[in-house]
Amino acid sequence: MSERLSAADVAKVARMARLNISAADVERYTQQLDGMLDHFADIDNLQLADVQPMTQPFPLVNVLRADVEQPCLDREEVLGAAPAAEQGRFRVPPSGGEDD
Amino acid sequence: MTNFSTATSIAHNVASGAQSAASVVEEHLQRIGQREEEVHAFNLVTSAEARERAADLDARIARGENVGPLAGVPIALKDNMCTRGVPTTCSSKILEGWKPPYNATVVDKLFAAGAVFVGKTNLDEFAMGSSTENSAFGPTRNPLDTSRVPGGSSGGSAAAVAAGFAAVSLGSDTGGSIRQPAALCGVVGVKPTYGLVSRYGLVAFASSLDQIGPFSHSVADAALLTEIIAGHDPMDSTSIPKPAPSLVSVLGRGVEGMRIGRVADLPEGADADVLARLDAAFVALEKAGATIVDVKLPSLSYALTAYYLIAPAEASSNLARYDGVRYGNRVAANDMNTMYADTRAAGFGDEVKRRIMLGTYALSAGYYDAYYGKALKVRRLISNDFAAAYANADVILTPTSPTVAFPFGAKTDDPLTMYLCDIFTIPTNLAGHPAMSVPFGTGQANMPVGVQILAPTLGEEAMFKVAAVLESAA
Repeated sequence: MSERLSAADVAKVARMARLNISAADVERYTQQLDGMLDHFADIDNLQLADVQPMTQPFPLVNVLRADVEQPCLDREEVLGAAPAAEQGRFRVPPSGGEDD
Repeated sequence: MTNFSTATSIAHNVASGAQSAASVVEEHLQRIGQREEEVHAFNLVTSAEARERAADLDARIARGENVGPLAGVPIALKDNMCTRGVPTTCSSKILEGWKPPYNATVVDKLFAAGAVFVGKTNLDEFAMGSSTENSAFGPTRNPLDTSRVPGGSSGGSAAAVAAGFAAVSLGSDTGGSIRQPAALCGVVGVKPTYGLVSRYGLVAFASSLDQIGPFSHSVADAALLTEIIAGHDPMDSTSIPKPAPSLVSVLGRGVEGMRIGRVADLPEGADADVLARLDAAFVALEKAGATIVDVKLPSLSYALTAYYLIAPAEASSNLARYDGVRYGNRVAANDMNTMYADTRAAGFGDEVKRRIMLGTYALSAGYYDAYYGKALKVRRLISNDFAAAYANADVILTPTSPTVAFPFGAKTDDPLTMYLCDIFTIPTNLAGHPAMSVPFGTGQANMPVGVQILAPTLGEEAMFKVAAVLESAA
């Protein structure tokens, strides 16, 4: 195995992805992801300088509509599906905590 | 092909009054009662709603109403399609108990066509997997041999049709998630052209690859379902602004004069029994008047890498929405970042976490160009290869899956081994083309083998013509 990425890389990625994973899981994911990146090295030597990236099967055009009021989802129904809501809004704990 | 009634015959019988929608539903619910515990195709069976719906359809038919082309047809939906007021879980703990406030466009279309929903089917969590072993609610078993997987990620939808729990079902296909389980369960499975079927209300996995399509017992049923769910939808910005194609009418026209592509440089990995059935399919088509032509797809061997960088990258972005704020479950914490990280750690399974991390890594500063950027360029090469191949061929035939259905646990130790199940199906998703799997005999252990028909953008007509010929030759 080539050690393309370290446990520290994986821990950082997990933080960026907002996933609280244990040290044991970091080890396991490091090994698995490293193995995948090894396999994905098959494209490393392709000559791609003149190739246009393809993000979508077809070219996309922005979809707009007239700026007029239309029916939309019911506020109470939407808030009813949230883990916590208060006074017509989603309720969350205070911001802060570990960040990257 | 199994002995269960097709959607086409059910709709005909129910509309003509020869059979009641209620009796059709009872027949299917009875089979669910007999075998669902063993198969576990469903996350939820909606028996009461199905009975109520069937009674309503029967009353309307008795009044002389035309209730639509799917009159009384029992249908199952993959549990990643939103159904208003009916739980939609994506087989994930993070969404357990969530009831969407709206219907997916395909759900509204099927309802308008007179279908009867019998339940929501099991899947690999968020459609990430090739065996349905990644479901948070336990695996689905292959109805043909319950020691084997049904394939995935739409394993529940494939099993529901193969077991006769529903006449037809819908799945979603991001890298083969309709075609591979269809092959492994011995049913027909279609991934339409990207943009042909609205994705509105389909819980997103990889938005540039996802597409909804049908499972069925017959090619005619698949054509009928595709016609019904296709068509432009202003609610999906990637929806093709064209009317739905006419597909049932092309069946039976044969393949006389058609050019069928055989991939000269097909990536290795398919078992001999699978390749033998592919050879037999070429022989059958040649006998029916088609010409076999060799095509080359040199970039195909890089498709796996491109796919497993692009799909996780898109997934890492799409699944950022599951943060315990607006829907789904939350792990309480004193601050927001801890709440996010704990909620997602508790709510997502192993494979989903792995793909989110892979995708986050491929998109992160310093690695974007080396991984995601490069994968997008390889995607272009694959698309160019197909364009060149389709200059000489109307459709291309490959295996659907490299193997027949495998035993549980056979590919769960190393994620890469599981990813290789998709080697023949993912190129189509990268290109945005249509493809379908048609059962064509059996291989090892008498398990079904599927042959995959690939066609260029909006080439569904040619694809279905070939499928109909293969079906009658199988």
